[in-house]
Amino acid sequence: MDDTRRSFLKFAGISALGLGGISTLTSLMPGPATATKGASAPLYKDTNKALTAKRWGMVIDTRKLTPSLCEKMIDACHKAHNVPNHDNERHTIKWLWEDDFEHVFPMKHDEYLADRLDNLPILALCNQCNNPPCVQVCPTKATFQREDGIVMMDFHRCIGCRFCMAACPYGSRSFNFRDPRPAIEKENPDFPTRMKGVVEKCNFCAERLAEGKMPACVEVSEGALVFGDLEDPSSEIRKVLRENYAIRRKQNLGTNPSVYYII
Amino acid sequence: MLESAFKGSKGYWVWLLALLAVIGVGFGFYLRQLTFGLGITGMSRDVSWGFYIAQFTFLVGVAASAVMLVIPYYLHDYKKFGRITVLGEFLAVSSVIMCLLFIIADLGQPMRLFNVLIHPTPSSMLFWDMVVLNGYLFLNIVIGWNVLDAERNSVPPPQWVKPLIYISIPWAISIHTVTAFLYCGLPGRGFWLTAILAPRFLASAFAAGPAFLIILAFIVRGFAKYDAGRDQIQTMAKIVTYGAIANVFFFLCEVFVAIYSQIPEHTAHLQYLFFGLHGHGVLVPWMWTSIFLMLAAITLLVIPAARQNEVVLGIACIAIFVGIWIDKGLGMISGGFIPNPLHHVREYVPTIPEIAITIAVYATGFLILTILYKVVVGVKQEVGE
Ligand code: SF4
Ligand code: SF4
Repeated sequence: MDDTRRSFLKFAGISALGLGGISTLTSLMPGPATATKGASAPLYKDTNKALTAKRWGMVIDTRKLTPSLCEKMIDACHKAHNVPNHDNERHTIKWLWEDDFEHVFPMKHDEYLADRLDNLPILALCNQCNNPPCVQVCPTKATFQREDGIVMMDFHRCIGCRFCMAACPYGSRSFNFRDPRPAIEKENPDFPTRMKGVVEKCNFCAERLAEGKMPACVEVSEGALVFGDLEDPSSEIRKVLRENYAIRRKQNLGTNPSVYYII
Repeated sequence: MLESAFKGSKGYWVWLLALLAVIGVGFGFYLRQLTFGLGITGMSRDVSWGFYIAQFTFLVGVAASAVMLVIPYYLHDYKKFGRITVLGEFLAVSSVIMCLLFIIADLGQPMRLFNVLIHPTPSSMLFWDMVVLNGYLFLNIVIGWNVLDAERNSVPPPQWVKPLIYISIPWAISIHTVTAFLYCGLPGRGFWLTAILAPRFLASAFAAGPAFLIILAFIVRGFAKYDAGRDQIQTMAKIVTYGAIANVFFFLCEVFVAIYSQIPEHTAHLQYLFFGLHGHGVLVPWMWTSIFLMLAAITLLVIPAARQNEVVLGIACIAIFVGIWIDKGLGMISGGFIPNPLHHVREYVPTIPEIAITIAVYATGFLILTILYKVVVGVKQEVGE
């Protein structure tokens, strides 16, 4: 059951990717005159530098988190992705945020919790679940899963039904209740801004990985975040996971998160 | 047949104009929602579905309840329901249209609605909901219209309608089942994650829908001088009674499982709805009102002497309808979102524009219902029933 569902989802993801890929290709296709140059003409941007993986994952070392470091990482993420800063709390958009341990791990809230955890800000973000309920419920495949595990959004396809927000058990998704553009402090021209009426969330910096760069938060994390291929036994992330006990959020729900927390 | 919709008393036209005025106001607010976005509603990141989806859920039930007239008439040969079955079918038509309008009102990008068809996704329950709702709308329009037309010409309805009628029975069940599946298949939403959600939706629908039809029958009798018939109304009253009791029973089953198991993910939502959580509880008085209305109505309905008194019956039906509306139209959806998955309590209260748009959708439904019922009554009076 689990397997069929997963392979179905994979299929859905691949077909979505396929369609997306075709349209990207056609839009970047050179006109007939340049096409005669032959097969060697590059049809798309050179992606040799791209970082690739079988399944991207992240480890958050909570021992290294401090309020100022968290702020720095959140800021890096939100700046890189043109995340707006609305005054009205109801319209809030967040990709990466901090919360108390008891809220990030509501099922692990212990009566006698170590002082350190009680006062610590914990980072929360989309878990890039390997078995993502948000992908399963999306009626348009605007939310889809890539081969490398990243759960992505097609902002141009999303109809804004918000089914995915109801389905995500981690509150990882935000909806553009209004036009986000006026609320963006400084626009980053390298990443698209969104329009009102669509859902968004963390994308593991897929656009940076394609250029060979680590995710924005990881880059400024001073070692608190480890990013890598969960399916490569020799990767650093696997080494970290072998050497430390790490937990995942609501892993009993079967969503199979790709974000681990060292406590 | 439609011509009788264009001939009416002054009161008929005043009513239609009043509805159009309400629709106009709501449409103005909708234009505002189109330009600004859904930010004009009370919804948020935490309560991402609100009033619109709740009304949609409630009205799917009203639509499905037409089956409670179709089954006795066509399967049990209960001839007396011949006078009212088409009223049930046309109530279903206007309810489904309201459902579809509520879905559109709730979309962030309504112009992209057809992406659901361009990229059909069978793993999404919303896809199936769209399929069954549109199918049900089609079935009821075709069946209702043909049966009525045949009645006018005093001939039996065409043969090919029969299979459609039989198909419409499981189809009615399916629309509310699939609607429940929108919610009850989501991991991490403890309030909805219960196998009894679909049965409970159906039970409440089979109470609220016929209760509303009884009220409508009284109205039609008063204004259009068409009597649905005393026996017919009494039979519907019994259906309402069974539905209401089943609904309360299913609800108590849920309460038992949550309270006795004491699993916080399940109890927290009930606690929020009925007692408030961490100092938040806007819905508490509403939920208790709902419980009171349903219990009081059931008490009246199970006493034969009370039920047979049409004044008491009318009051009981209003109580049932309002009680279930509060339960499904207010509590069911926000209750599932509060507390949120991170166990924060962020409340939801609909805004004035949101309420105006909601009322306008209802007014559209009533407009369609009025016209359809006018046609029905015209035909019935023509053939001298
Ligand atoms: S955390 Fe939520 S949004 Fe992210 S993949 Fe999992 S279910 Fe989807
Ligand atoms: S809001 Fe957009 S991404 Fe989410 S389920 Fe609906 S169409 Fe898919």
